[in-house]
Amino acid sequence: MTDWTKSRYLPPVVLFAGLIITVILPATGLLNDYLQFVLVSVAINAILCVSLNLVNGWMGEFSVGHAGFMALGAYASAILTVKLFPAAPDILLFPIAVLIGGCVAGLAGIPVGILSFKTRGDYLAIITLAFLMIVKSGLENIPYTGGPRGLLGIPRLTTVAWAYFWCVVAFWVIRNLVYSKYGRGIAAIREDEIAAEAMGVNTRTAKLVAFVTSSFFAGVAGALFAHQLQFINPSSFDILKSTEILVMVYLGGVASLGGSFLGAGVVTILTQCLQPLGTWRMVVLPALLVLLMLFRPAGIMGYRDWNWLKPHLSLKLRSKTENKNENGKETVS
Amino acid sequence: MHLHTRLILTTLVFSGCLLTSCQPTKPSVKIGINAELTGEMPAVGASCKQAAELFTEQVNKAGGLILGNVKLPIQLSVIDNSCKADQSAAAAQRLISQDGVLVMVGPNASSCAIPAGEIAESLGCLMISPWSTNPKTTQDSQTGKPKKNVFRACFTDRFESPVLAAFATKNLNAKTAAVLYDVSSEAPTSQSALFKEAFEKAGGKVVAMETYSTGDRDFAAQLTKIRESSPDIIYLPAPYNDTPLIAAQARQLEIKAPFLGSDAWSSPDIIKLDSGKNLEGSYFCNHYSTEAASPKAKQFIADYTARYGNAPDDVAALTYDAMTLAANSIASAGKADRSKVRDAMATMRTFDGVTGHFVYPEGAREPAKSAVIMQIKDGGFHWVSTVEP
Amino acid sequence: MKYLAQQAINALQLGSIYALIALGYSMVYGVLTMINFAHGDVFMLGAFFCLLLIAIVPVPFWVALIVVMGATAILGTLIERFAYRPLRDAPRVSAIITALGCGLVIQNTTLGISPYARPMPHLLDNVTYQFGGLTITTLQIIIIGVSVGLMMVLDFLIRKTSFGMAMRAVASDRATVSLLGVPANEIIAITFAIGAALGGAAGLLYGMAYPVVSAAMGITVGWKAFVAAVIGGIGNMRGAVLGAFILGAVEVMTVAVLPSTYRDLISYSLLLLILVIKPHGLLGKPTLHKA
Repeated sequence: MTDWTKSRYLPPVVLFAGLIITVILPATGLLNDYLQFVLVSVAINAILCVSLNLVNGWMGEFSVGHAGFMALGAYASAILTVKLFPAAPDILLFPIAVLIGGCVAGLAGIPVGILSFKTRGDYLAIITLAFLMIVKSGLENIPYTGGPRGLLGIPRLTTVAWAYFWCVVAFWVIRNLVYSKYGRGIAAIREDEIAAEAMGVNTRTAKLVAFVTSSFFAGVAGALFAHQLQFINPSSFDILKSTEILVMVYLGGVASLGGSFLGAGVVTILTQCLQPLGTWRMVVLPALLVLLMLFRPAGIMGYRDWNWLKPHLSLKLRSKTENKNENGKETVS
Repeated sequence: MHLHTRLILTTLVFSGCLLTSCQPTKPSVKIGINAELTGEMPAVGASCKQAAELFTEQVNKAGGLILGNVKLPIQLSVIDNSCKADQSAAAAQRLISQDGVLVMVGPNASSCAIPAGEIAESLGCLMISPWSTNPKTTQDSQTGKPKKNVFRACFTDRFESPVLAAFATKNLNAKTAAVLYDVSSEAPTSQSALFKEAFEKAGGKVVAMETYSTGDRDFAAQLTKIRESSPDIIYLPAPYNDTPLIAAQARQLEIKAPFLGSDAWSSPDIIKLDSGKNLEGSYFCNHYSTEAASPKAKQFIADYTARYGNAPDDVAALTYDAMTLAANSIASAGKADRSKVRDAMATMRTFDGVTGHFVYPEGAREPAKSAVIMQIKDGGFHWVSTVEP
Repeated sequence: MKYLAQQAINALQLGSIYALIALGYSMVYGVLTMINFAHGDVFMLGAFFCLLLIAIVPVPFWVALIVVMGATAILGTLIERFAYRPLRDAPRVSAIITALGCGLVIQNTTLGISPYARPMPHLLDNVTYQFGGLTITTLQIIIIGVSVGLMMVLDFLIRKTSFGMAMRAVASDRATVSLLGVPANEIIAITFAIGAALGGAAGLLYGMAYPVVSAAMGITVGWKAFVAAVIGGIGNMRGAVLGAFILGAVEVMTVAVLPSTYRDLISYSLLLLILVIKPHGLLGKPTLHKA
């Protein structure tokens, strides 16, 4: 009998079980509203983190415009639920709104991706900054969405279950992307773009895929964020927000799925726990980051991940067990 | 260390953090304060916090609040909202869900009060804003009808702006006015729109309506445009730390017109920050004045000054009144039940507070009460007149 | 016409301040190819050091300027020594993140110590001159004058002195210059010091122009100056000055003609346009990379 812990169906089953738990738990009253709020925040930040990690970590760029994609997703989904279809049933509308938010952000990722063909390094960073400020400033000038004072009255549709669901989807997709052909290309671009192109990697496609996926999930996170806070305004999505996400990515670890989740979790929970410190908590967090950069420049889990996330290694793990005979000795190494 | 060990350790540390933030407490009446302790207007948050603490101390020293047939001390939960909308919503969430407050007092800045009001409404907790004058704070954004759970202790811009417009046209004989306001903030925008409406109804003409965004420092471009339009007065509904800056730049550009302000000027810090004395002689609208104080107010001013060393500003006075309203509602309800407390507040018709006589008409969320016009003169605020509703 | 001329004076003032800060960014980028995100907060501290100085002993403007520049120069050197030098050979991104972190630490520490906005002490008697319907104040003259003066001194330093030559050498090839006997570490430290001093001067002048000082001033102005440096071609001193005046002009003119909410939209769209057409900024030199 095969060892069920090594079964290929284990991850989906466990994740699905997790989904059931997130649906049941709030209803039992064990989790008060505030704890739910924190969990949802962690999930949203994790999605932001892993999507930014795709561009900043795996592709080695330095994008500071992530909050701009988040803003687009937030506003797009809010317009749907507040202005266009306020009376529609939530269970149908919400996933569609989030999806559309993601798509709008993803579409916005295309021009940025195209711009990245010719520019790299610091200049791309500045282009992403310009993009962020243009989105923020553009939103401030649209009276339909409330202009600089923002959009009110967004229904509270983000539950722990939905946040968990989208978080799992984000990690799933990005994990599969990273260990796929495109992912190899993306990593190659990080290491040496000219050599990658010389070796036949279609760098343009890889960059586009990375930017679009990254911005899609940023949009998803933005949509979830809007429906949690019930209120959004352009100044929520400024350079400070982008900086927060950057801190999470570099704290948790670049180019690492576990690191993304870790960074998001640590920063979100620390921000809540250190509330009594007031302003000083915003000294503690960056100071931690600086110290970390001095000793572990790639972040806590930089460039590393658990083996069960890596398909080639998890395959090896499985086949190792299947190749053990009754005495526990390996027949094939 | 091995990766797994590190991970487990970090998880333990943070679960510990989360758990320790839920502390067991003695039975008490919990009231939450959602205040702007940092950010654009820390003086407002500080006044709010201090007044709330003064009230709590006074009540607890007298034995506590009577709830049913027991006397319970008040326990304050103060959370900073950094004068930011999303943090204000998060603070409201934390106060209501995590700290389990019966009433939330604050926020004061309208841009923070509005999102906090949304949260209070959806979670069914009574919220009393001491200082937010924006009509939207107590209105449901979809239907326009008053929210169920959000009240305020001050008058709204709908009362204040016509008062200022009338003062401008009658007392200052102004025929033309220019307005410079922060378009990215709720309070100044609604105040400016209402002022324009009232001023034009009173026969004046608004010759320039210039905008800036929160955090801007350079107003030369907008002020130059205003100078070209030669107004009789300039309406400047900006908070206490932006106003001296705008006034300084205006005077540098040789703009001689007097300034007119909203209640956002009311912090005494405005005089401290006005090192060039550019605001000397300007007028603004306020919620109460230490000079025209009732005996009740005089007692409060004396207590506050004794405790903190400086006279209370309007935010402090309004917070004190908001706390009294909250305490009265809780005592009236008789139980620690949020909907009963809310109903008790809704049935209150009149109230005599430190800032004057409040009248809450049926179904209204804001009181009808008097406003005062103040002048900045000789380094202090001076009472000019009182306007009844 | 007169109105535009008045706005032009406003633009010159704003541009001068941006230029002083942008020079700091460009200098550091030139020698280390690193974006010093903490620079905006050094600028902010320039104003705060002045507050501190005047609170201890009231001094005239010129003395305050020199003291503040000295203090921020020391601060800049310290940041370089303890936060950036250990990361000299680490991936560039780590250095940038450290800079970001340092900036946040400085900003929030200042916020923690002084959460309230403070009035700038009176350093100079401000006389307004009127001619031809235009107003110009002594403050504006001083700001533009001091900025231009400092820029000219810097330009002279870089082009005509041996120190400047050493700086340019370190900027072009750090490893080799050490072999040739140029003390690279010291040159870099002095570069940081000069850049920070300019930022501090800008902070003092900014505080005098906009006399309400708060710890949050560093972010907005810092990022704007950074944009200015990039527009002109980051690493290039003259480019930084050019970019700063262009940005100042765009900002003032936009607000003069359109509602203020369009200002950032136009400035950053302009930036994007310039970068798309000239990816290295107006005066920047292209480096070898894949198109």
